[in-house]
Amino acid sequence: MKIKKNIATSENGFVFNPATGDSFSGNAMASVILLAMKNGVNTTEIKADILKKYDVSVAQLDRDWEDWVIQLKEANLLELELNHGN
Amino acid sequence: MEKLPYERPYIKKLTPGVMNKFGSHSGAQPFKYIDGIQVTKLIEAYGSPLFVVSESQIRRNYRSAYRAFSTRYPKVQFAWSYKTNYLNAVCQIFHSEGSWAEVVSGFEYRKALGNGVVGNKIIFNGPSKSKEDLMLAIENDSLIHIDNLEELNLLIALSENLTDKPRVAIRVNMDTGIFPAWDRFGFNYENGEAWNALTKVVSSGKLQLTGLHCHIGTYIQSTSAFGIAATKLADLALRCKTILNQTIEYLDLGGGFPSMNTLKGAYLPGTDTLPSIDDFAEEICNKLINSDFAPNELPLLILESGRALIDDAGYLLGTVLANKRLADGKRATVVDFGVNILFTSFWYDHQISPAQDFLPHTENMAIYGPLCMNIDVIRENINLPLLNPGDHLVVHKVGAYNMTQWMQFITLRPAVVLIDEQRNIHLIKAAETLDYIEENENVPGHLKAK
Repeated sequence: MKIKKNIATSENGFVFNPATGDSFSGNAMASVILLAMKNGVNTTEIKADILKKYDVSVAQLDRDWEDWVIQLKEANLLELELNHGN
Repeated sequence: MEKLPYERPYIKKLTPGVMNKFGSHSGAQPFKYIDGIQVTKLIEAYGSPLFVVSESQIRRNYRSAYRAFSTRYPKVQFAWSYKTNYLNAVCQIFHSEGSWAEVVSGFEYRKALGNGVVGNKIIFNGPSKSKEDLMLAIENDSLIHIDNLEELNLLIALSENLTDKPRVAIRVNMDTGIFPAWDRFGFNYENGEAWNALTKVVSSGKLQLTGLHCHIGTYIQSTSAFGIAATKLADLALRCKTILNQTIEYLDLGGGFPSMNTLKGAYLPGTDTLPSIDDFAEEICNKLINSDFAPNELPLLILESGRALIDDAGYLLGTVLANKRLADGKRATVVDFGVNILFTSFWYDHQISPAQDFLPHTENMAIYGPLCMNIDVIRENINLPLLNPGDHLVVHKVGAYNMTQWMQFITLRPAVVLIDEQRNIHLIKAAETLDYIEENENVPGHLKAK
């Protein structure tokens, strides 16, 4: 799962999609995750880093991660990943 | 190293160009205490969901409303509208402040007697009074407000052999310029029905015509409607005096004052748009004082206000059960209280506050109750902070009608606690149990579980 390459993010949670003109504001957690995703950090590493630094359980983070992915899809911010079946 | 506070990640699409002419929204505030008692402690002790009633707020409301009328008019009496909230503890607070009882059924009438209200301080309204109910009211010298001709004829028949005439009033309905006009209750003013009924009462010689009553509607947002009602009742009373030679001792303007809740579809909150009790008092009292009553013959003014006196003294505490995304990406939060116990969520956009601290981001969401029914919607749209399962919520201004119109449906009805003026907590109604619900059920022998 990757953020689209052309998406601009700022450290304080502002997200801009130059292709569509859509802009978003995110909370502190969203900016941390978006920044990591922009830098190519994979999901497992991002989650491990959050668990280390923030006061959250694994179960809660997993639950919220599912919701986070739905939000990114809804906002059209994810790179389309085609499933090339054999 | 202490860990940083976590908040679930959330992004919100920005929509530029839509300006809010009323300024920015101030946002939800955590509501952690009710009369100094911690919300989480109340839930720990009595479970969730839980209704909480503030005695201090009821007394403040009563005194403020009574002051609004009694400083403008010489003779004022309040009667507590039992149907609004007839938990005995609540009724007793109003009675201790000086309220009479206003009841609309034999059940409520007996409840008032059980609360120690003397018969001549019970106003018996409503379209359904049985022969037994009427006999009881006559024996207790209560004020019987007649709704229809059948009731009037029955009362005349019941009074045939009585030495003391029962005290009665006629309920009058009228056009006060608002919609809907409640013409299903009582006798109409404009078409002469009310006058005919008054003539019949007096000419029967069996009943003592004591007062006139009207109740023009509910949640009335216009003071002028009450002014028109007061003027028309005063006109009827003066005609009774001059034509029927009958002095009307009291005018009962009923209730119908709004609480500060926000009606569904309203653009601005009720607190910003609705007239205050003082505005209503000013209009009603002015009209009565400026009518043609001699200053020493002004009738007693009775008011049966319900929701305006108790709505903001009631809170519903609950807990978040789950979160989900709907098909269109909108957030939905499922809570443990449904429309079966929060009946007023059909009428109002209830204010809902989180009961704990939260970070500043908010999200637009729907709030659904726990019932497996599509209609179980507490709020279709509300901006709240990011809620997690187990978080507690406080629903405001739920004191009126919810604790009487609540339904035992799918779930059991919760407990109700009262916080008194010394901040003591009293359980005034225990949570329902399965045994209580099944107490009156009977399974025929051949259907019993083996």
